[in-house]
Amino acid sequence: MAKVDLDNMEGVYFDVLKEIGNIGAGNATTALAQLLNQKVDMKVPKVALLEFSEVGEAMGGEEQLMAGIYQLVEGDITGSIMFLLEEKSARTLVSSLMGTPPSEGPFTEMELSALKEIGNIITGSYLSSLSMLTNLKIISSVPAISIDMAGAIMSVPAIEFGELGDKLLLIQTAFSDDVQLDGYFILVPDLESYDKILSSIGM
Amino acid sequence: MSTMIKVGMADLKICKAPDAITTLGLGSCVGIAIRDPMTKVGGLAHIMLPDSTAIQGVSHVPKFADTGLQELVRVVVAAGANRTRLVAKIAGGAQMFSFQNKSELMTVGERNVAAVTRILKEMKIPILAQDTGENYGRTVEFYPETGDFVIKAVGKSVKTI
Repeated sequence: MAKVDLDNMEGVYFDVLKEIGNIGAGNATTALAQLLNQKVDMKVPKVALLEFSEVGEAMGGEEQLMAGIYQLVEGDITGSIMFLLEEKSARTLVSSLMGTPPSEGPFTEMELSALKEIGNIITGSYLSSLSMLTNLKIISSVPAISIDMAGAIMSVPAIEFGELGDKLLLIQTAFSDDVQLDGYFILVPDLESYDKILSSIGM
Repeated sequence: MSTMIKVGMADLKICKAPDAITTLGLGSCVGIAIRDPMTKVGGLAHIMLPDSTAIQGVSHVPKFADTGLQELVRVVVAAGANRTRLVAKIAGGAQMFSFQNKSELMTVGERNVAAVTRILKEMKIPILAQDTGENYGRTVEFYPETGDFVIKAVGKSVKTI
C-alpha cells in the first residue's frame, strides 16, 4: 500500500514536498544566475496541490502562451519533470543568453535548443538537490520542448498525475533580474517514487 | 443573449442552443462534442485518459473516455436530447512532446483518440468530423444550434468542422 495518497495529501508530507521544492528552486536560481552571468533573485516559491480544472488558471489562463521543457526521470525514482516559462520570459531569457535582441514570430531552431538547454540546467540543478537530499540516484533524459497554450502543455503532466489521483502538484517560482521571469516546476514521480523520496528522508 | 459555457480539464457540461460550450487548450486530452440536431441539445467532455478500468479506485468520472462518454450521453439525454439522434465531433489527442523512444505516456493522445473512436462506435454515435493528432494544442467551441465545432490553434487559422 502506498503511503502517499495525492488526493489526501496533508500536513507533514505536503510540507516535505514543499521544502524540497524550495531548496530545488533555490539551486535552480543559482544555476540560472551562473548561466546568464547576472544577479538573479527568486521569490519564495508557491507550492500548490491543484484540481485539474484549476491548472490553467494558475498559470494565467489555459490559453496563455508558454514554453514547456519536459524531461523523463529515471534511476531510483521514475517519472518526469517539466519546467515552464511564459513565452515572453522565454524570449527574454534566450536573448540575454545569446546576446541578441528579443525576437518575434516563431522561435528559431537555435533559440529552441538554447531554451532546451536552459531547461536542462534548471531542472538538472533542481533534481540534483533532490538527489542530494534523499541520497537517491536520479537521471534525467534529453529534454523535449513545446511552445503552446498552457492548457495543452499541462495536459501531459496532468495525464501522468491523472493516473495517480485527481490533483497535481505545482511549484511556482518567480525569478527576477532586470525583468521578472515567472517559472513553474512540475515534478511527477510515480507513487512508488513518492514513497521512496519520503522514506529516504526518514518519513 | 447566448452564453459560452466553459468546460475544464477532466470535466463535462451540457448546453442548449443558442448557448455554446468551450474548452481551452486541449493537448493530449480529447474534446468530444455530442448533439441532437433536432432538439439542439449538446454537450462537451474533456477527457484525459483512455480507460478507467486500467486504474484502481476511479472517483472522477469525466477524466476517462469510457466513463466520461457514458456520463456525457446520460446528461444530454436527461436534458432533452434523443439518444438515437446523437452525433459527435472530436478534437485533440495531440502529441505535445517528441522523444526518440516512444513511451506509453508519449502516445497517450493517440490512445485517447482510439479509445473515444471505439467507444462512440460501440454506442452507435457517428463521428461526423474530427481534428485530432499532430503536435499542437487546440481550443474548441461547440455550437449546438448549428453543430459547428470551431477549432483554434496557436499560429494557425481558425477552422470549423
